[in-house]
Amino acid sequence: MSDHAPSFFKRYFFSTNHKDIGVLYIIFAIIAGLIGGIFSLLIRMELAEPGMQILGDDYQQYNVWITAHGLLMIFFMIMPAMVGGFGNYFVPLLIGAPDMAFPRMNNLSFWLLVPSIILLIGSGFVDGGAGPGWTLYAPLSTTHHSGPAVDMAILAMHLAGASSILGAINFITTIFNMRAPGMTMHKMPLFVWSILITAFLLLLSLPVLAGAITMMLTDRNFGTAFFNPEMGGDPVLFQHLFWFFGHPEVYILILPGFGMVSHIISTFSKKPVFGYLGMAYAMAAIGVVGFVVWAHHMYTTGLDVDTRAYFLAATMVIAVPTGIKIFSWIATMWGGSIEFKTPMLFAIAMIFLFTLGGVTGVVLANTGIDVALHDTYYVVAHFHYVMSMGALFSIYAGFYYWFSKMSGREYSEFLGKIHFWLTFIGVNITFFPMHFSGLAGMPRRIPDYPDAFAGWNYVSSIGAYISVFAAFFFVFVILEAFIKSRKAKANPWGEGATTFEWKLSSPPPFHSFNELPKVK
Amino acid sequence: MGVFNFLLFSFLIFFQNLAFAKGQPVEWQIGFPEAGSTLMQELIDLHDVVFWIITVITIFVFGLLAYVCVKFSAKNNKKPSQTTHNPLLEVAWTLIPVVILVIMAIPSFRLLYKQNNFSNMDMTIKATGQMWYWEYEYPDYDGLAFDAMIVADEDLEEGQLRLLTTDNALVVPTNTNIKMQITSDPAGVIHSWAVPSLGVKMDGIPGRLNETYFNVEEPGMYYGQCSELCGPGHGFMPIMVRAVSPEEFASWLDSAKEEFASNKDEQFVLK
Repeated sequence: MSDHAPSFFKRYFFSTNHKDIGVLYIIFAIIAGLIGGIFSLLIRMELAEPGMQILGDDYQQYNVWITAHGLLMIFFMIMPAMVGGFGNYFVPLLIGAPDMAFPRMNNLSFWLLVPSIILLIGSGFVDGGAGPGWTLYAPLSTTHHSGPAVDMAILAMHLAGASSILGAINFITTIFNMRAPGMTMHKMPLFVWSILITAFLLLLSLPVLAGAITMMLTDRNFGTAFFNPEMGGDPVLFQHLFWFFGHPEVYILILPGFGMVSHIISTFSKKPVFGYLGMAYAMAAIGVVGFVVWAHHMYTTGLDVDTRAYFLAATMVIAVPTGIKIFSWIATMWGGSIEFKTPMLFAIAMIFLFTLGGVTGVVLANTGIDVALHDTYYVVAHFHYVMSMGALFSIYAGFYYWFSKMSGREYSEFLGKIHFWLTFIGVNITFFPMHFSGLAGMPRRIPDYPDAFAGWNYVSSIGAYISVFAAFFFVFVILEAFIKSRKAKANPWGEGATTFEWKLSSPPPFHSFNELPKVK
Repeated sequence: MGVFNFLLFSFLIFFQNLAFAKGQPVEWQIGFPEAGSTLMQELIDLHDVVFWIITVITIFVFGLLAYVCVKFSAKNNKKPSQTTHNPLLEVAWTLIPVVILVIMAIPSFRLLYKQNNFSNMDMTIKATGQMWYWEYEYPDYDGLAFDAMIVADEDLEEGQLRLLTTDNALVVPTNTNIKMQITSDPAGVIHSWAVPSLGVKMDGIPGRLNETYFNVEEPGMYYGQCSELCGPGHGFMPIMVRAVSPEEFASWLDSAKEEFASNKDEQFVLK
């Protein structure tokens, strides 16, 4: 084999190879996910019973935990796994490109995340920590967090944002310019479509976040007053800027998952994707509409009633393209010859649980009903169903789907299935009861709650213990695969796996394509 | 597949219309509290409609998935079809959701505009979020003003609810349209004034004055909690609304004006 891979240190620390960078991203995401998981464990331990359980009267620490949990899971687990990890590794393979368009910039994207997560976790250890929630609402984050903790968190977001913007530029350039001969836009695999749309969302929304948190930084340190009402500023302005980024962000977190699930459903049903164009343009529609619905996060801030009416209507519109995707997936399975391997189990569960999280989103879109549910556990249940089941399940699905391709080894199907059922049962026990707590009126982000909420919270905590155990079990599944080192075939999934990556060896050679593949 | 969810959902449907205690949450509650105001009743009615729609959709999707998984498993269907298009089906699953959403939107808009119709208000009360308690003012009654602080666990009396009880309740007359003006200390942070059984939640934002309204139907105690993260004390600034008959309210006013006389002066100076 004339496969000139550089030495280990040079290969992974100065890497410009998209596959190595993808692997680094995935390792990073797993570590960040476990840290974020430990925070959720701590949160659920605190909430297991009424009264303070483990924190004594250090209520600020609780706010630090929920802030860290949110930021870690969003910026350091889901995004690096989906876009940085699977995106980097598979977009060039799927479009038949030799590498990403800007390999060194790719390296920079990854290595910006490392100081970023150090700053974020470090912020928890200085001056009481940063506890304004992941939404960083002013003035709690400006005039009421005096120490450097919030500044560190803001800088962490700046770095993570810069990393994502560079990554987005890289993906857009790669996908537009480096497709193999014959691969028109309408022949691109859906995962590539999803990453392309995600990259546009990143490119257009992150600069708004960067602007907002820079204003926050100058408010905190240099005497400006963008968000300080005492000096003519406006706290609601921050919310508008934040959610103009924040809402596209939630689609950034799920769209690559949509792409992966499409591949997996098609592979294991041994059928091509049903309604390919509809699927691609449904994602594009979700991306576009996702930019004009941000104020549905702000229904109780006293927006003008007509404004609220508009955001109600616009938000409901998103249910239509999302429905197209759900039904197209089911139609892809229809008439197929389905094999229930671990990735397929995660993908099917993702479809159902994402539907469940989606319909509660429709409930919340109704401004009138949201008055009762805003900032309650109903919202927590809703977004964990779309994130912790939608996004995380598709990451797990993608991981098991592509693990043998990336590592050259086979995971244990038996252990994978145990991991699936543990996760499935754990997250449902955790998050389903939160709908009840929310309807009953339990507010989010409180370290202690009235005694009447005890029952369902206890159930949730038990579910969380199972889910966190499942996350560590996942690490065990990976380790087992590496220790046993069962050699993987180039295409372990058979006739259903038709995309380019399965034509390469497992793992693919250091230089994927010596000759560009051709699309018929 | 998803059996657990399915069971829980059926459970939820079964108990959908069970009423829970008015004014306060109860153990193992799985739905909204019983409505204490007409607006909350309308909110619950709308939610019931939406809830049925989403339940049917969820069960439909679950049913389809279950059917597909059994019928088209590799065991039962050896030869996969290669169908990738069905224009009629695709148009149907685009248009039918649109129709459902339009049907849902009509009552939703009606409720939204009703929640923001301030044409027949009888009195005004102002709540100001402080870190971490609520300050209430009755501008219609000589600027009567007082603070409502949480009662600490060790000071609770028999029957008082932990984390929901304040030293002074906000007292309001029943069957009166009460406009709540909500803001926060200009040097403070954002809070949110929420009473679930009255269907009220509105952010108190420094430098802004927000409005909402409610009309309590029956005398009783209605509890709520701050609903916007406002720092370490966020979980500890409850809201306690005591609704009394208009007559009782009048006599309460007299005693309260005396009891909180010192607050009044201070408030007037501020104005």
